[in-house]
Amino acid sequence: MSDSAATLGGVAVTVPVQQRVAARRSQFSLAPYGLVTPALMLMLLMLLGPLTGVIALSFTDYQLGAPNLSWIGLANYHEMFADKVFWTSLRNTLVYVGIVVPGAVTAGLAVALLIQSGTSLRSLYRTIYFLPVMATLIAMAVVWEFMLHPQFGLVNGLLREIGIAGPSWLQDRSTALYALCVIGIWQAAGFNMVLFLAGLVSIPKQLYEAAEIDGASSAWARFRLVTWPLLRPVTTFVVVISGIRSFQVFDTVHVLTKGGPSKSSEVLIHTMYTEGFEFFRSGYGAALTVVFLAFVLLLTLIKSRLADRGAQYA
Amino acid sequence: MTARSKISPWAVTRHVLLVAGAIMMLLPFVWMISTASKPPSEIFSSELHLIPRHFALWENLQTAFVKANLWRFLLNGVIVTVSIFALQVLVALPAAYALAKLRFIGRNALFALVLFGILIPPQATAIPVFLLLHKLGVLDSYAALVLPFTISVFGIFLMRQFFRNVPDDLVDAARMDGISEFGIVWRVMLPAAIPAVTAFGIFSVVAHWNDYFWPLIVLNSEHLRTPPLAVAHFRNAEAGTNYGALMAAAMVIIAPLLVAFLLAQRRFVEGIALTGIK
Repeated sequence: MSDSAATLGGVAVTVPVQQRVAARRSQFSLAPYGLVTPALMLMLLMLLGPLTGVIALSFTDYQLGAPNLSWIGLANYHEMFADKVFWTSLRNTLVYVGIVVPGAVTAGLAVALLIQSGTSLRSLYRTIYFLPVMATLIAMAVVWEFMLHPQFGLVNGLLREIGIAGPSWLQDRSTALYALCVIGIWQAAGFNMVLFLAGLVSIPKQLYEAAEIDGASSAWARFRLVTWPLLRPVTTFVVVISGIRSFQVFDTVHVLTKGGPSKSSEVLIHTMYTEGFEFFRSGYGAALTVVFLAFVLLLTLIKSRLADRGAQYA
Repeated sequence: MTARSKISPWAVTRHVLLVAGAIMMLLPFVWMISTASKPPSEIFSSELHLIPRHFALWENLQTAFVKANLWRFLLNGVIVTVSIFALQVLVALPAAYALAKLRFIGRNALFALVLFGILIPPQATAIPVFLLLHKLGVLDSYAALVLPFTISVFGIFLMRQFFRNVPDDLVDAARMDGISEFGIVWRVMLPAAIPAVTAFGIFSVVAHWNDYFWPLIVLNSEHLRTPPLAVAHFRNAEAGTNYGALMAAAMVIIAPLLVAFLLAQRRFVEGIALTGIK
């Protein structure tokens, strides 16, 4: 629209539609294509091509360095579903997501509500809770490892003070996964807090005043009647985002436990990494990736479903 | 909002709860600094104390810089994050401008692809992209670290949303001055979009400075290691013998982003909250 207005020197408003269409057609230009071509090429090369590629690879027996590959249908999937490691890995991933999502969402919401319920020191608290989000996770994982050191760590040291003998958190198959969950919650809570704070700020003050006039005198009543319903879309959003991010858990697992001891902290992306990049079984690794993708896609679908429903009631 | 006039019990409870949580959040940082300041004799003692009796931060930092070759890895981190961001802007801005302000056949289809691309998690494409880089013979190089991230569909989306709010008059005026479409991107749109570019820059730099997965996959050579990879290798090499130096190295690696964050908090929170849109 604006292109034709420019070329016609501002008199475009009075020009009949037909003429305008003709004008636009006549100045059909290659410029837009020149501008989008690099992005489009790279998208195909680095994103959409590889996405198609990973699905296609999952039906082959390709191994890195092999001279050729052959189509083996669902054999990778059969092998995967018959493999105990896969099921352990999937179960651990779901346990991790099932603990970190509620943990980090609740913590993020609680902190956001607490910060917003008063006026003093707001930005100081926000800064402190946000620090773990900024800090390089690998570096902090190494710090956590030392904090959880069975002998010289802070955690077991504190437990000793009150007469409890702490376990070897990361070397014990009954605690390793849960220790990783704690690190996950510690890291993600501040991120969720920021999203919740944005949601809380957007709730109109008048609604609280109206609720108070209508007899919602306690803070809890105001939360239940105003904050919670209005925060619902944000909450859904945060839950799904946390879910997708937790499904991707890899850094802490790889550097601290390598999925051990005896696969007790093996998770999906770590299994994919091991198969695809340590054993170079590209085809099998691709099949694992497809399973991971299916879960992420499922979460995304749930998000858009709930977002639609939320919009109807809003 | 009446809290100002009186010190209510709730105000006290609020601070007690928030401080308790803040201690939990800060504990790893405090313990890191404390350990990095202790000599081995104090680290390997089962008795807890926060303040070192003998202050050994300098020695530990020295060990970290010499043994872990930190300068080199920090430099790698800067090279990689800066190249990625510069190339992302170079590729994304023209596309975002075309999507926001120009009419062309296939525009909606392209925008749909961009939206679809945002949904793809980076781990999903790892194996094929790795095979591609292997075919190109560029594994274990800066190119392998940078190339896959030159395209940021999220960046295109973000800049396109921002460009839509730039007044058409501005673009038209530039055209009448005879500036080419390509020139408009850099001389009109970029200056108008500095806040959005900054937010995207923070998002991009933080993500790639902290990235562990991709460098781990494509790198072999020690001299190319990025900071997270360096910490992980340093940890494996020390195998629980030199925690002081290890904590000092961790401190150095997280310091640049944390300092930048403390200096420009609002911008950082905005930039990182963008990940939420992803």
